[in-house]
Amino acid sequence: MKTTTISNSKFRRKSIVAFLIFAGCFAIAVFFWGKIKNAKQQNGTPAPLRTALETNESIFYGLFGNKLTQTYPASMAAKKVRVNGNIGMRTDFEPENWKLQVIRKPGDTIFISLEEIRSLPKTEIIFDFKCIEGWDQISHWGGVRFSDFIKKYKLDEQAAKQFTGLVTPDVGYYVGIDNKSMMHPQTLLCYELNDKPLPMNQGYPLRLIIPVKYGVKHIKRIGSIFFSNIRPPDYWHERGYDYYCGL
Amino acid sequence: MKKIIRKHPLAIRWLHWINFPIMGMMVWSGLLIYWANGVYKLGWADQTVLKFFPKNFYEALNVPFRLAEGMSMHFFFMWLFAINGFFYVAYLIISRQWKYLLPEKRSWKEAWQVLLHDLRLRKTSPPQIKYNAAQRIAYTAVILMGIMMLLTGLAIYKPVQLNWLCKLLGGYAWARAEHFIFTILFCLFFLVHVVQVIFAGWNKFQAIVTGYEVVKENKPEETSTITIAEKDKTTVA
Repeated sequence: MKTTTISNSKFRRKSIVAFLIFAGCFAIAVFFWGKIKNAKQQNGTPAPLRTALETNESIFYGLFGNKLTQTYPASMAAKKVRVNGNIGMRTDFEPENWKLQVIRKPGDTIFISLEEIRSLPKTEIIFDFKCIEGWDQISHWGGVRFSDFIKKYKLDEQAAKQFTGLVTPDVGYYVGIDNKSMMHPQTLLCYELNDKPLPMNQGYPLRLIIPVKYGVKHIKRIGSIFFSNIRPPDYWHERGYDYYCGL
Repeated sequence: MKKIIRKHPLAIRWLHWINFPIMGMMVWSGLLIYWANGVYKLGWADQTVLKFFPKNFYEALNVPFRLAEGMSMHFFFMWLFAINGFFYVAYLIISRQWKYLLPEKRSWKEAWQVLLHDLRLRKTSPPQIKYNAAQRIAYTAVILMGIMMLLTGLAIYKPVQLNWLCKLLGGYAWARAEHFIFTILFCLFFLVHVVQVIFAGWNKFQAIVTGYEVVKENKPEETSTITIAEKDKTTVA
């Protein structure tokens, strides 16, 4: 390291300039952070941070393919499966009258019974379920692949759109998911947990299992499904969370 | 007239001070996220020695129920953290400043002497160029911590797409715990760093802003070192 000699006044001047720049930059940083924090909210998040989340989405959506989630032997699956939330399932519900509604286009809805769904080829998955809160649990689910379901009911044209929307019968909970993730081979319309019918609190008769997303997207008690090129409304997205939630 | 030494290059000063608020934001937003599943504790069986974190700690800082806010901040500042860290490491390599920073063979032994000196248990500290042995170890460790925070963070951010990384770190739950542990270690580094800066005094602190350190013409400490050394010689003779 070099040593030099300078006059006292020059040294003082250099120091003052350096500290002024230093303080100025911190003031600018504080100013900009204040602007970001107090910017107009967009779905519960300041607009610049929402833009950042969406930029992340486009980066990672483009960067990654459609990898398979790691699976585990059934012996590793939890016997007591964690229940986290019952939004959309708090109102009266008559399971015997339930039919899945698939809106092919406005005014053209088909109704599908649980028996019909159960008659489709069954797929099982044992994977590490991840909640947005930060916990995870290996659990064992069974149902029909969403992609098989789409093929069987000739919904290819609909699934070619960008998004699928899923809504509970009481419209209390709703999610929107990109169709690349919906058509992923591990995405299930799920009616079984640990080889038994879904318990009520896990979304009987039908819920979504989508291992490439956080638990918030695994909607319980699906009432209706629709397809769209614009983002369907999403319960937690409206409350400040990322729309994509891709893992 | 003042004799000054060019201590910290401009790039290092900028990168250091840019990192400071970014790191603060990362730790703060990380805390907002961690709260939603704040399960870690120190202890054994049913015995808890230290809970991360006690309820009144969260309430004093107004942490509860801000998960969404924490995530949106964390996934914004992560880019700035990674980019700034990349430039820091790249600059160390290109400018060859790493020579002052990486521990040398003798640093491991000398670090104890520095520690004893700083605890006022030893009169002299080993000779140094820019950083002493303990600083070399600490400043290198904090770079490694940063890299590990980035890797463990990536593993829990994209555990499916980066499954290989997640597995390498012992699985999702372990990667999350490691992310937390490295953050705690970083916070401890920060505390020690600030305390050391306070003890080191204004001249050393202002050097990371201005770049220059004033060389005192006759250091009383140095003189005493020489006296002791000379005394030793005379006894040997």
